[in-house]
Amino acid sequence: MRPILDWLEERTGVESAIKHFLYEDIPDSAGWHQVLGSVALFAFLTQAFTGILLAFNYAPTPGDAYDSLRYIVTELTGGRLIRGLHHWGASLMIIVVVLHMAQVFLWGAYKKPREATWMVGCILLLVTLAYGLTGYLLPWDNRAYWGTVVTTQIASQAPGAGPYILRLLGSEGGAIGVVTFARFYAVHVLLLPPLTMLLVGIHVFLVRKHGVAPAADDFKPKKKFYPEQVFKDTVATFLWFAVLVGMAIIVKVPLGRTADPTDTSFIPRPEWYFLFLFQILKVFEGPLEIVGSLVLPTLAILALFLAPFIDRAKLVAIRQRTGAIALVTLAAIGWAGLTARAVATTPPSTESPDAGLAQVEPWRGIPPESLAAIGYFRKANCGSCHVLGKSGAGPDLTVAPSQKPADWLMQHFRQPAPNAPAPPLNGIQLKALATFVAKRGDKELAAWTSAPEAAVEGAMVYHTSQCAVCHMLNGSGQKVGPPLNGLADHRARDWVQGHFGEPAKFSPGSTMPAYKFNSRDLDSITSYLLEIPK
Amino acid sequence: MENQETTRRSFYSAFIYGLGAIISAGLALPAAAYLLIKPKSQQAKQWVDAADLNSLRPGEPQEIVFRRSRVDGWRVLNEKSTAWVVRLDDQNVVAYSPQCTHLACAYHWDDSSHKFICPCHASEFSIDGKVLAGPAPRPLDRYATRVDNGKLLFSPTVQKT
Repeated sequence: MRPILDWLEERTGVESAIKHFLYEDIPDSAGWHQVLGSVALFAFLTQAFTGILLAFNYAPTPGDAYDSLRYIVTELTGGRLIRGLHHWGASLMIIVVVLHMAQVFLWGAYKKPREATWMVGCILLLVTLAYGLTGYLLPWDNRAYWGTVVTTQIASQAPGAGPYILRLLGSEGGAIGVVTFARFYAVHVLLLPPLTMLLVGIHVFLVRKHGVAPAADDFKPKKKFYPEQVFKDTVATFLWFAVLVGMAIIVKVPLGRTADPTDTSFIPRPEWYFLFLFQILKVFEGPLEIVGSLVLPTLAILALFLAPFIDRAKLVAIRQRTGAIALVTLAAIGWAGLTARAVATTPPSTESPDAGLAQVEPWRGIPPESLAAIGYFRKANCGSCHVLGKSGAGPDLTVAPSQKPADWLMQHFRQPAPNAPAPPLNGIQLKALATFVAKRGDKELAAWTSAPEAAVEGAMVYHTSQCAVCHMLNGSGQKVGPPLNGLADHRARDWVQGHFGEPAKFSPGSTMPAYKFNSRDLDSITSYLLEIPK
Repeated sequence: MENQETTRRSFYSAFIYGLGAIISAGLALPAAAYLLIKPKSQQAKQWVDAADLNSLRPGEPQEIVFRRSRVDGWRVLNEKSTAWVVRLDDQNVVAYSPQCTHLACAYHWDDSSHKFICPCHASEFSIDGKVLAGPAPRPLDRYATRVDNGKLLFSPTVQKT
């Protein structure tokens, strides 16, 4: 081993470079309070690592983005963990960066000659936030889409520059589509990472150039960076990492339904670290809105950036820096207050945060004739006597499948009670209903009460048109034509609708007869088919 | 005193290496599982409807086109695929995957020499799939076949011999 190391050292000088790095002189007062910079750097490296892993299985275009992310978290071993690490890593990185900044500010370490180090650090904070902003869109669920709509609208309010900013974001006229998505992705993975590495390089170089900032009253001889301070940095990094892994395993990362620009019920809200800005927006109304959305944040960033020039007093011990302590405390209280208020005043989301990962609803998994039978049950108003889950004029059919013979059931359907009108159903439909009440399983039972009307209507059209003679769906039907599960994965809505009218035009050689549905039936059967998973 | 200093230093470095190793493992193990373990998604398990038995002439290799669905990452594709089939008798058909077993070029049936010939590196196969010449390392890959109601069905995956 030694000869190899010697050879490497002689040719590259790598060993002495590492030693030079590790045996740097640092002040005697350095200690636990100065570990945060190393943790922030490690956080960046973790994000880069998990980000690259995600990119190996992620397709950055709307639609595919969502499907590929869903594939990562549901199909790939460790995919959910790695996405968790990336998602919570972003939050924990912001916490560490802000704490690092607060520490430097409290100790007055930005003072001469370290002004440039501080200012590069401020840019790094903005870069970190830019990661959060651009990464937010990439899952392409409702949360991502609507959150970004609001962000771009805020940017568009910038006086004079608004339309140009929108154009830069690829959001002509305020719409969020493929171009915006491409821009956000490119910024997130192509622009920001090299920029971060460059800035971190400059930042660390400047720290080395000026040395780690000593306490005001530290006149003791210097000590070495290795091993004591490296040990402290490593312990802090390890704790940070342990919290991250814990969160990635325990706390669910949201994945809502795929982005739907027509969904008017979704209430967008930003990531937690932007909530205070969101709350400030509510304070400033009308023409003053721009004060909250742009003026105040810009002023705050400027003040932060110029802090070394605003505070030019001589460095004193941290105990005497009462002004700085008061400022940081006020900022923390203000931030916490605004965030708490934002959380308290925002109505709960109408969509479960992991709606995209939920188990398949029962109605999506049952054979179409069963779902259609649920529709016939509802259409013939059977529920007026057979109240589901309670006993009414007729027996509660949810207790157990009916034991009556098929003939009895058919007769009962035609004449449910003396003088009762015959139901508006034909023989095939009644037969499906008879089979259903006698043979229904647990899934059917769950779907009976919960299946949405639109889906049931689609299934009735499917059943009445006897699609099952040629097609297989949810395990029922023949395989003369292609099976229909997961149709939405490879067919667009327009294609499916057009295909019903002229099958041969859309798939040459098809022997399927044309179906001239009225527009309502066409709509419901198409929606139904597109909603059945593979 | 010096001894105490040495103990302290080795305590620190042991911790640095130990914690560093745990962190590295914490990142590397999930990454390895994520990249190397097969996705849970089910490959198509259904037998594929490939052709009408009546359309196949006995004893004569024919290239047929059929549709099958294939899982490709997060997509399920319904795509065209081809196979070379040889009908042996009423109920038995052999079906070869259309790619040469050498480097997966498409081969063709040459009627005059009565052989399958791969144009890439001149591998040659007999009508029963055996290697006659060239660099091909094994006989042609096959689909298992089944005849059901006059329809020729293929196994969902190709079998290597």
